[in-house]
Amino acid sequence: MEKRVTFKGWILPLILLLPQVIVSAVFFFYPAGQAIYQSLYIPDPFGLSMQWVGLGNFEYLLGDPYYRASFATTAVFSGLVTVVSMGMALYLAVLADRLIKGSGTYRTLLIWPYAVAPAVAGVLWLFMFNTRVGVVSWYLGVLGYDWNHVLNETEAMGLVVVASSWGRISYNFLFFLAGLQAIPKSVIEAAAIDGARFWTRFRTIVFPLLSPTTFFLLVVNIVYAFFETFGVIHTITSGGPQQATTILVYKVFSDGFVGQDLGSSAAQSVILLVVVGILTVVQFKFIERRVHY
Amino acid sequence: MKIKTFLGAMASALALSTGANAQTEIQWWHAFTGANGDRLAAQAELFNQSQGDYTVVASHKGNYSETLNAGIAAFRAGEQPHILMVFEVGTATMMAAKGAIKPVYEVMNGAGIDWDPNAYIGAVKGYYTSPEGDMLSMPYNSSTPVLWVNRDKLREAGIDPDVDLSTWEKVDGVLTQLKDGGVKCPLVTAWQSWIHLENLSAYHNVPFATKENGFAGLDTELALNGPVQVAHIAKMGEWAKDGKFIYTGRRNEGGANFRAGECALFTESSAGYGGIKAEATFDFGIRPLPYWDSVEGAPQNTIIGGASLWVLAGHTDEEYKGVAAFLKFLSSPEVQAKWHQDSGYLPITGAASDLTREQGFYDANPGTDISVIQMTANEPTGNSKGLRLGSFDQIRGIIDEELEAVWAGDKTAQEALDSAKTRGDALLRRFEQANG
Repeated sequence: MEKRVTFKGWILPLILLLPQVIVSAVFFFYPAGQAIYQSLYIPDPFGLSMQWVGLGNFEYLLGDPYYRASFATTAVFSGLVTVVSMGMALYLAVLADRLIKGSGTYRTLLIWPYAVAPAVAGVLWLFMFNTRVGVVSWYLGVLGYDWNHVLNETEAMGLVVVASSWGRISYNFLFFLAGLQAIPKSVIEAAAIDGARFWTRFRTIVFPLLSPTTFFLLVVNIVYAFFETFGVIHTITSGGPQQATTILVYKVFSDGFVGQDLGSSAAQSVILLVVVGILTVVQFKFIERRVHY
Repeated sequence: MKIKTFLGAMASALALSTGANAQTEIQWWHAFTGANGDRLAAQAELFNQSQGDYTVVASHKGNYSETLNAGIAAFRAGEQPHILMVFEVGTATMMAAKGAIKPVYEVMNGAGIDWDPNAYIGAVKGYYTSPEGDMLSMPYNSSTPVLWVNRDKLREAGIDPDVDLSTWEKVDGVLTQLKDGGVKCPLVTAWQSWIHLENLSAYHNVPFATKENGFAGLDTELALNGPVQVAHIAKMGEWAKDGKFIYTGRRNEGGANFRAGECALFTESSAGYGGIKAEATFDFGIRPLPYWDSVEGAPQNTIIGGASLWVLAGHTDEEYKGVAAFLKFLSSPEVQAKWHQDSGYLPITGAASDLTREQGFYDANPGTDISVIQMTANEPTGNSKGLRLGSFDQIRGIIDEELEAVWAGDKTAQEALDSAKTRGDALLRRFEQANG
């Protein structure tokens, strides 16, 4: 099944690859190298002196029960964000795909939230759920539910998950819709003629044929939940209450920019890099096998 | 002939432009927005108009933490401002950065300016002075916590608005009355760690940290889990459980609740004055921060919060002369008295306080001198000079987390404060290692 394109000689492939190599080197390898270098030192904030500590920063971090707890928080948070944003997006895409009239309008409206920056999304959701003036928390109060994400850890987690997923649904929706439209109509029609109802068609034909899209989105969304949700967490909860929403990347920020502890912050970046690397390898090794291209 | 006139014009134009360039620019990075941002800009403007040699350019760089980070990043890039506003919890970080700062006393002495460090109020100056007695940064905005009272809410619950609220024992009784009187928000606070642990400790003359709260060495350890602090936090935990104390967040979110007239009592900085005066549509009063009558030696004095101005290293002598002139201008009684009266921040010199009294401000606005009295009532002790702890912004974050566990009923006060000590000490050791 595998197709291979082979080049004669070295020069042309090298030239073709060069732009990507340069971009990766400048924006990835150099900063990552710096992070690894700094993670072996304890520098002072102003960069006046540095002390070599070897793996001391890593020992310090991994010996800290609160840092280890942050892994579990991150797993729960990323899992929920991925499931919620992909699930909702798939649901909406399936509905939009079946529309005949006005589908363009629906699509445009569904794509809009993607244009909202995470920090702004955070502020929007915070406004709705503000314990004092929030519209939603007020109605919940009328219904007899006392919403207080400032002290309730579950509510805080729920709120940051929803706020992080919201804008992401649009992005996922775009890909799912494109994926759905790429499925040949003839296959679905054949199944329909054979008497397969909508749900059966979705389960046995549409979903398997959509798997390359789903797999791609899975990888991209987990990376999103790991790194780009910082703005949402910062504006809504600042990692609280207690440490309920302190995900790994938020702790990188907090140690680096609140504590000015650049050694620990760099070491955490390296750990994050390794974790996400492992996750991606796992995904490609085990999940990709079940993907039909 | 024509060419000569032209050349002459050119020369005079050149002379004019160099004349304009001779104004030395002083960069001042600060963290103020809103009304205080306008007041700060007005100070810079007034200084610029008062003389022709220097121009102070004030730039807003975000909140306190962001301003500090902007200053640090700029220093690493060799583009640091002359003056950087740093909040009080960043003091230890700045003090430890010996090569990055130019102590204020050196700036003043180097510029040959007539300047008396003893003109500043002791409790303010002490926070920013080295163990050798040298002033390292210039106090700018300093405040201290007081108790704000919504007198209408007290009346609503059938309580005399002039009821004695001097001790927490008495406040406890009033909170019960308020609760029974149907008030939904009897007590709310801003800056919980600053008011209910840091100031609580100083006010009751017990250590917040060993080594004179960090003044005497980097090998300091937190001592915030002592009996006085545990008893106070335990009581507040009870109030939280009974709905007498409403928790609104880690910063000053509670201010919105109080200014909207929802809450009866509010522990907040004296600098809340500007906002409360502008927004409150109810009869409000200012009282001294309550203390526990049962603790011997209380009330001692409260400590300050706010920010000071640090002069950064790496500029020319001429520029430092301008910095010195500006800092002297900021400390003058007229500028300070106006700042104190408009914003509610403390006057940083005795002269400014005297001038304010002479102008009749305290008589016209009862309660506005409470913060000054509270800070200067007693000679500060080793426990009440202030705090000098590394990574303190982050330690406050830890304290916030642990206090939230108490308010939510997940931990007892003792457990939470013990845990805060253990976790905070780990950060203090990191700081000691990085700066030792």
